Amino acid sequence: MEFAETAKKLKEAGVLGLNQRNGDFILKYNPRRLFPLVDDKLLTKNLCGKVGISVTELYAVIEIQKQIETIETLLSQYRDFVIKPSRGSGGEGIVVISGKIKELYRTVNGHLMSLDEIKQHLTRILSGVYSLGGQPDKAIIEYRVQFDPVFEKISYLGVPDVRIIVFLGVPVMAMVRLPTRLSGGKANLHRGAIGVGIDLKTGKTLRAVWRNSVVEEHPDTGNPVEGVEVPNWSRLLDIASRCYELTGLGYQGVDLVLDKDHGPLLLELNARPGLQIQIANRAGLLPRLRAVEANIASLKTPAERVRYAQENFGH
Amino acid sequence: MRRYHLEILCLLLVTLGLSLFLYKSAFLKYPLSPDSQTEAWLVEAHASFVAEGGPVKLSLFIPKSTQEYLIMDESFISRGFGLTTQLSDANRQATWSIRKTSGQHGLYYRAVVRRGNIGDVKDKSKLPILVAPPFEGAVLEAANSIISDVRAESADTSSFVEGLIKKINQDSPDSNLKLLLGRRPSNLKKAKVASEILAQAGILSRNLFGILLGDDTKNAPLLHRLEVRDGGKWRIYDVVTGESGLPDNFLPWWRGSEEIMIASGVARIKTTVSVVKNQEEALSGTLSGVQMTNPELFRFSLFSLPLETQSVYRVIMMIPIGAFLVALLRNVIGFKTFGTFMPVLIALAFRETQLFWGLAFFTILVAVGLAARFYLDTLKLLLVPRLAAVLIVVVLLMAGLSIITHMLGLEPGLSVSLFPMIIMTMTIERMSIMWDELGPFDSVKQGLSSLLVAALIYGVISDKHISHLIFVFPELLLVILALTVMLGRYTGYRLLEVKRFAVLGKQG
Repeated sequence: MEFAETAKKLKEAGVLGLNQRNGDFILKYNPRRLFPLVDDKLLTKNLCGKVGISVTELYAVIEIQKQIETIETLLSQYRDFVIKPSRGSGGEGIVVISGKIKELYRTVNGHLMSLDEIKQHLTRILSGVYSLGGQPDKAIIEYRVQFDPVFEKISYLGVPDVRIIVFLGVPVMAMVRLPTRLSGGKANLHRGAIGVGIDLKTGKTLRAVWRNSVVEEHPDTGNPVEGVEVPNWSRLLDIASRCYELTGLGYQGVDLVLDKDHGPLLLELNARPGLQIQIANRAGLLPRLRAVEANIASLKTPAERVRYAQENFGH
Repeated sequence: MRRYHLEILCLLLVTLGLSLFLYKSAFLKYPLSPDSQTEAWLVEAHASFVAEGGPVKLSLFIPKSTQEYLIMDESFISRGFGLTTQLSDANRQATWSIRKTSGQHGLYYRAVVRRGNIGDVKDKSKLPILVAPPFEGAVLEAANSIISDVRAESADTSSFVEGLIKKINQDSPDSNLKLLLGRRPSNLKKAKVASEILAQAGILSRNLFGILLGDDTKNAPLLHRLEVRDGGKWRIYDVVTGESGLPDNFLPWWRGSEEIMIASGVARIKTTVSVVKNQEEALSGTLSGVQMTNPELFRFSLFSLPLETQSVYRVIMMIPIGAFLVALLRNVIGFKTFGTFMPVLIALAFRETQLFWGLAFFTILVAVGLAARFYLDTLKLLLVPRLAAVLIVVVLLMAGLSIITHMLGLEPGLSVSLFPMIIMTMTIERMSIMWDELGPFDSVKQGLSSLLVAALIYGVISDKHISHLIFVFPELLLVILALTVMLGRYTGYRLLEVKRFAVLGKQG
């Protein structure tokens, strides 16, 4: 049985499967009542503000249809901005405006949107088209990240972000997600972005994975993706670790971006982070999660937890 | 305790489900397969006679249910006669009576006899009283002498009876026996004499009459056996061969020394018993048996419901199987489907349309629905009105399909109305969102995977044997529940996940 053989090898490598992620970690460590904290980006933002974790600056929240009518004066203050549904998932409904040409707004992937189309999009967000379960939603208008030049050569259009899996406050695995032409400038792996593993100890990128297979270079720019050092790495780990106290979720995915001017910013939190990070790192999550479970009693402060992660989970 | 909570729960559910199942299948003989047949016999007693013009009264012994045989669906046919049935001690008797009649008449008694083995039918009838035989003088002496002869060679009641039967059946009976039996005694006469001698010896006995349920016979002979009370039980002997016990297919009819029909006011009476063997559906046989012998159990079963409701439950009881399969296919195999239980509902619709037509209709509905959805998308409608619009389109499509296929003379087209409209609408909505986000390839792939899962589920729930098992033994759903609960704690890899992560296994 080829399946049984592969399954056995995966087990030996400590690869975490969906069933086990759901049964042994999410059900056990992520109480359902805490989910709204991360499912609603506005709530997450407010929470971060309270404890001093930097987030992308909030320009405006659109809650009722009436606000949309006067949106033009609001938008005229900003050259570029991002429109997001507050409770969207998987990067749905996000529009990134990079500038204005006469009366038209230009999105990062080159489309032009009229003011009416922007209003239309906002209406759709409010009606809950993109929200989980189709409930009425709010639209967030926020700062457009000017990403750190370190990733310039290895990303296409959108903003690359760093995903760190944090278990009981200990960062256990990390990757950077690079947008491609296929992903339409979005950093979501299932849309075709590249995932590149990061060595937790040094912050240097490892080999990359694209659509479930390993790649050496960025498919659009052709530049090698391995060995790039993520700046401010220990700051990133520190923020990620502190998100545990922030939400109380034992098993979460922390998405951060590196801004040219503002440094690391928290983008969003995820209570059901995907498992592809294992392929990007060519390592299984399970041994690390079990190690954290065994040693968590002695790891109290974020600093201790980050040190533990860097000492034990390097490549 | 907490640690094994789940295991204990599952064990309890499985034990409960399986033991009920085994009890019903092994002891109550519920058939395991929908086509199994059981033997049943149509037994008919027919009496023809000429009435003499005055009051007529006829009493016919009729059989009653025993541990081995159940008497069901009895009917009494007689024109103009009043009918009563009564239970007297060990027998049942039907009595027809009429104040005044004349001419040729016929009476019928009909019943269906099925093998039972259903619980104990307690013999509540009182024991007959030992009546001293009317022996006098020389006859009494002869009887006493036979008794002392046989007693000398026997140890207990059973050997006494066996010895007596042997003696009665001797080729050249001695003078004592000749006196009692008379010349050329019939078997019935032998039985009567044996019974009398036993009474004289202080042993309770009686004659048992019955028929053999074999192949079809127009005129089944009425056989008789000798029942002897021995140690609180009745033991049965063949008066000719001395064998004890009854043949397997012997249906006891009545006990005592009377004829099967006792009549007054009639002439030329002739009574015949006929037997017709017929196969019938095992289920209905068992059910009517259980209903008779175990009314409590029957009342608490799906079969006690009205037929219409039963047919609804035949479908409903299959939903758990579908749900379990979905859980299995999603969590162990890793199939992705639009909506968790959408394939179950589609599979239920397939039951009516048959697989080929079901797949065709589903594909047409979704394809046209998607086209409509894409058109509506250009109008920038809000969520709920858009869903409602798609639903309206789906309903119109269904009606259109039904009309077109009906005009073409394709009957399966009418059953398209059984497709779950709301579910179809949601499927179209989700497919189109996925189409927008991940492209047509992923969307169609997941659509086909949903359809494949639905077809698989259809394959299982449309199986005659499985649906029979679940409907007849609903307790099996407890086992399914246990399996589902265990599946809920399956944290191993999904089959398709192994393929996805295969690259991690290679590197060691």
